[in-house]
Amino acid sequence: MALLETKDLTMQFGGLTAVDNFEISVDKDELVGLIGPNGAGKTTIFNMLTGVYTPTEGSIHIGGKNAIGKTPYQIVKLGGARTFQNIRLFKDLKVIDNIKIAYHHEVDYNILNGVFRTKKFWQGEKKAYEEALEFLKIFEMEDYADTLAKNLPYGKQRKLEIARALATKPKILMLDEPAAGMNPQETKELMETIHFIKDKFDIAILLIEHDMNLVMGICERIVVIDYGKIIAKGTPDEIKNNPDVIRVYLGE
Amino acid sequence: MKKDTLKSYLINLLAIVVLFIIMKMLISNGVLNRYYVGIIVFIGVNIILASSLNIATGFLGQLALGHAGFMATGAYTSAITAMTLIDRGVALPNSVILIISLIAAGTVSLLVSLIIGIPSLRLRGDYLGIITLGFGEVIRVFINNIKFTGGAQGLTGIPMLTTFDNTFWITVFVIFVLYTFTNSKHGRAIISIREDEIAAEAVGIPTTFYKVLGFSTAAFFGGVGGGLYAHYLAFLDPNIFGFMRSVEILVIVVLGGMGSLTGSIIAAIVLTILPEALRDFAQYRLLIYSFLLVAMMIFRPQGLFGTAEFSMKMFLHKLRHNQIISPRKEIKDGD
Amino acid sequence: MTLLIQQFINGLSVGSIYALIALGYTLVYGIIKLINFAHGEIMMMGAYFAFITVITMGLPFLATLIFSMVLAALLGITIETVAYKPLRKAPRISALITAIGMSLFLQNLAQVIFGADPKVMPDLIPKRPINIAGIQIGTVTIVTIILSVFFMIVLDLFIKNTKPGKAMRAVSEDKEASVIMGINVNRTISITFAIGSALGALGGVLYSVAYTQVYPTMGIMPGLKAFVAAVLGGIGLIPGAMLGGFIIGMVETVSKAYLSSQWSDAIVFGILILVLIVKPTGILGKNEREKV
Repeated sequence: MALLETKDLTMQFGGLTAVDNFEISVDKDELVGLIGPNGAGKTTIFNMLTGVYTPTEGSIHIGGKNAIGKTPYQIVKLGGARTFQNIRLFKDLKVIDNIKIAYHHEVDYNILNGVFRTKKFWQGEKKAYEEALEFLKIFEMEDYADTLAKNLPYGKQRKLEIARALATKPKILMLDEPAAGMNPQETKELMETIHFIKDKFDIAILLIEHDMNLVMGICERIVVIDYGKIIAKGTPDEIKNNPDVIRVYLGE
Repeated sequence: MKKDTLKSYLINLLAIVVLFIIMKMLISNGVLNRYYVGIIVFIGVNIILASSLNIATGFLGQLALGHAGFMATGAYTSAITAMTLIDRGVALPNSVILIISLIAAGTVSLLVSLIIGIPSLRLRGDYLGIITLGFGEVIRVFINNIKFTGGAQGLTGIPMLTTFDNTFWITVFVIFVLYTFTNSKHGRAIISIREDEIAAEAVGIPTTFYKVLGFSTAAFFGGVGGGLYAHYLAFLDPNIFGFMRSVEILVIVVLGGMGSLTGSIIAAIVLTILPEALRDFAQYRLLIYSFLLVAMMIFRPQGLFGTAEFSMKMFLHKLRHNQIISPRKEIKDGD
Repeated sequence: MTLLIQQFINGLSVGSIYALIALGYTLVYGIIKLINFAHGEIMMMGAYFAFITVITMGLPFLATLIFSMVLAALLGITIETVAYKPLRKAPRISALITAIGMSLFLQNLAQVIFGADPKVMPDLIPKRPINIAGIQIGTVTIVTIILSVFFMIVLDLFIKNTKPGKAMRAVSEDKEASVIMGINVNRTISITFAIGSALGALGGVLYSVAYTQVYPTMGIMPGLKAFVAAVLGGIGLIPGAMLGGFIIGMVETVSKAYLSSQWSDAIVFGILILVLIVKPTGILGKNEREKV
């Protein structure tokens, strides 16, 4: 099974069918983009994949395990990590602490160990610090380690949010409009970051985005939805020339 | 642990022991008489109450308005436990009976907090405030109406087990536990919920668990504070644990800084001594407190200390390098 | 049977006062998403304003009422500008703490200025039982119901048909879009506070005339109950506040008549817990999850 797989995924709100039989499969080292006009249902799909909504019908499997009925933090344990459209960092905490929190489950000591400062505590904290710093080095952000997250420039904030999601050692990384609010320079850096992640980490990546440059530039496969239904699937070139897609975006 | 860290732990311990010895000397030669010792005991109690509330309100970021209810639960539980033990002729030194009673006090408060917390912590912050406020009142009405607790007339004949000695060391212990707790991965998880609950969940933190943990930790030590208080006052009246009392504790936390234990300690000292010193203005006290609350939120919401803590390590580091204390510069984690 | 109808009418009267106060909570919550803990105190100040007006100027009922409503509106605007506006971008907990602080501040201020002892509110409405279809109804009860319904209708018309009213609805729904549409958000918020406070003061005056007492802590219980009413009906929804107010009024009257006063308070609080656990958005509220 692919790292992320959905079948017949459907979401109904009262009488309205927001998402209709959505099917997608993203495997290791694949970078898939999900696009569609506003209101097409992209965010609803995303919320189903990350445990915010429970689908009315269908199945979701992350890393081969069922992901329906799980709360967001359980999804993380299954290997599904996400970022948010409006960057959600721990603003008043240092950059390195933002990463350290993602290592919560990796660091192995309990409450009593922490309170009475046992050996396990010191070892755990050392490990958390060193791994977090290493991680920042990978993203060339180690100089920002002690900066408060809110003081980072916007592009670096997004990078930190993505790094933090990766620190949870996910199987699939789900990015929700990562280029939102970015200028062309920042978008270019974002594309480099995502390329870099794709090369360096063996994970699946799913991306919702409106910025066509970004989508066409880095996605290997694209899925297009409209009114909750898939209307096209294919490579960027295929999608660019697909009459249905053109119609949906530009009108008749 | 690193050498620097060990060194600062030992210096902290030394400083505390020296402080204790100095105070004991002042007591034995009468400079600190009974009145002042009483104030010191109340300072200790307020430090425990404020720092415990700080865990729920400052570190976890949830508005908990019924802390006096936990204080009351602890006070009555401790009193009744001690009285029962003594009545049954249990032959143990006073301090041991006190410790047992305080543990009982904390435990019962914790259990009550689970009953309140588990359903309510799912709700948005605004509602939690109202519910905790309501429960604080419910606990008080409950105590008022049970014969077991002496009802509205209050509970008398409580053994006076609280002394300067055990207040001092219990306060030190509580601060130690809360400090190490907040500076551990569990503390980080709790703080992350305050910063952004949705992000915390998205990064794998089990938020409901940590919200309940933060809330019940606050309740446990709130109960301990109440117990210590009961065994000094030797008499309990349910009406001293009303909403006003919760607000007074909240003012200490806000003044000191929500998220700073150091702040809670300093503010507790200030706000215990000041009302005593300004006894003549007692009728304006609540007016001033409420004004303070509003003014602080508008002009200096971070209180005195914000989320900063006094760190012996940092203090020594700066001393060594002759640096003037600058809020922006922070030593790197690994030092 | 007559007793039941009597209770029903009493419930309507009490309920309409709660509805008026609940409207204040709901209007403010709808527009800035803040529970104005100090609203009960505005109700209390409204009663004091009326008391002072009568004692010093001897004005008749309606003039006193209008006067106190206007003063309360000004008080509401002042509180918003001084204490809540600076905190619009601050974390929730700061705004809530400020509201609590403001509530206590007003209580203690009233105590310092007027004294803690209850003052007797003169009979602004001559108290006589009126006989309608064989049922005895007090003049105060009738006036309360009539005035409450009148002002609720006026509010409804205002919200639906005037520009500021529509602006209030717009800002409640989407603040950013309102700014883009050219709505003066600050002024709209001030107007909302003014109206909410005026209605709260109306409730306070009617309450003090009915129960003849004015004292600094008189706003606490009615304020809390009106808040429960607003949540019960659906916080942020005007019809919700009215519905909730009448329900709570009925519940209180019935439980006071057949159980006891203490129990009736406990039941109201119990309703709050129930609503928050079962359906936090209230009777008329939508089933909304927080959007990420």
